[in-house]
Amino acid sequence: MVLRNPRREVELHGPMRVHALLERLEINRESVLVIRGDTLVTGDIQLHDEDEIEIRPVVSGGSS
Amino acid sequence: MKCRRCRAPAVIEIRRHNAGFCRDCFLRHSREQVRKAIDDFDMIRPGDRVLVAVSGGKDSLALWDILRDLDVDVDGLYLGLGIGEYSDDSGRCARAYADEHGAKLVELDLPADVGFDIPTGARVARRAPCSACGLSKRHLFNQAAVDGGYDVVATGHNLDDEAAVLFGNVLRWSTEYLGRQLPVLPAGNGFVRKVKPLVRLGERETAAYCVLKGIDYQVEECPMAAGNRHLGYKAALNAIEDQSPGSKHAFYFGFLDKASPLFTPEAVAEQEQLQACARCGTPTTGEVCAFCRLVERARG
Repeated sequence: MVLRNPRREVELHGPMRVHALLERLEINRESVLVIRGDTLVTGDIQLHDEDEIEIRPVVSGGSS
Repeated sequence: MKCRRCRAPAVIEIRRHNAGFCRDCFLRHSREQVRKAIDDFDMIRPGDRVLVAVSGGKDSLALWDILRDLDVDVDGLYLGLGIGEYSDDSGRCARAYADEHGAKLVELDLPADVGFDIPTGARVARRAPCSACGLSKRHLFNQAAVDGGYDVVATGHNLDDEAAVLFGNVLRWSTEYLGRQLPVLPAGNGFVRKVKPLVRLGERETAAYCVLKGIDYQVEECPMAAGNRHLGYKAALNAIEDQSPGSKHAFYFGFLDKASPLFTPEAVAEQEQLQACARCGTPTTGEVCAFCRLVERARG
């Protein structure tokens, strides 16, 4: 599993639902996309040991 | 989870709409939200030439793509900020989109064309980097639009951006800012019309739009923005949104509907004090506008 900003990799064992994964990592689901392969997955999707997952933050920006 | 529209497997859940969407229905939903914002706020009229400010990030590339899909007459404008590798990568994303889609990208470069970069400008002028950056962008985007004969500058500010700015302005009761925090600023006084067609989409949705459309965008955060106040406001609002989906939308659109007019007199009063900058002619409250003062100090 790849986490970005800062970029780091962690290994977790499935099966585990996306929601549970984000809770375990203490990541607010409003602030990220979860990407498996080249598409997005919703919170109810079950993840397995062989899945490569990217958790991509979506919060950006400065403001004047 | 199933798509609300076609019952195919969903790829994204949008909790404030209590809905999931498959790829195609989500892309359609995104276009519809932008169309609705444009129509509700009279942002873009038939025949308008639009210049979209493209940073290479998810919001501006999604906006450019959606406006093109909606058959808006739109070109992109990329401003190089001179923030090292971050700017190099951002510029690459903007150019790659233009090349792949046969779209026109106008380019400006702050160091080459104006004579300073954001890190230097902010340090020398003793401004926060995001403040020096925003000031430079507002000035140069408008100038480029005027020079290029465009009617409208469109920016990629999304619902999260606007809710966070509103949150900050309310915390400090910055009434003059509240008076002009609108999704459309009309043309006048040397400014072209400025519009924010993404106000009905959250930043999670603009990022999802790019991923699902295969648009390569600058994923990394600007190194100058790390730890700024705006990001703190976003984190606070996301904590609220997680508990109560729809809060950001209700906060921002409730403000526009119920409170914004109360602050209009503050904004009008400020407008009435404007005079032309002695150097560049841009309307300003002082003798020399803030951008010209920044340029002077940054160039040393």
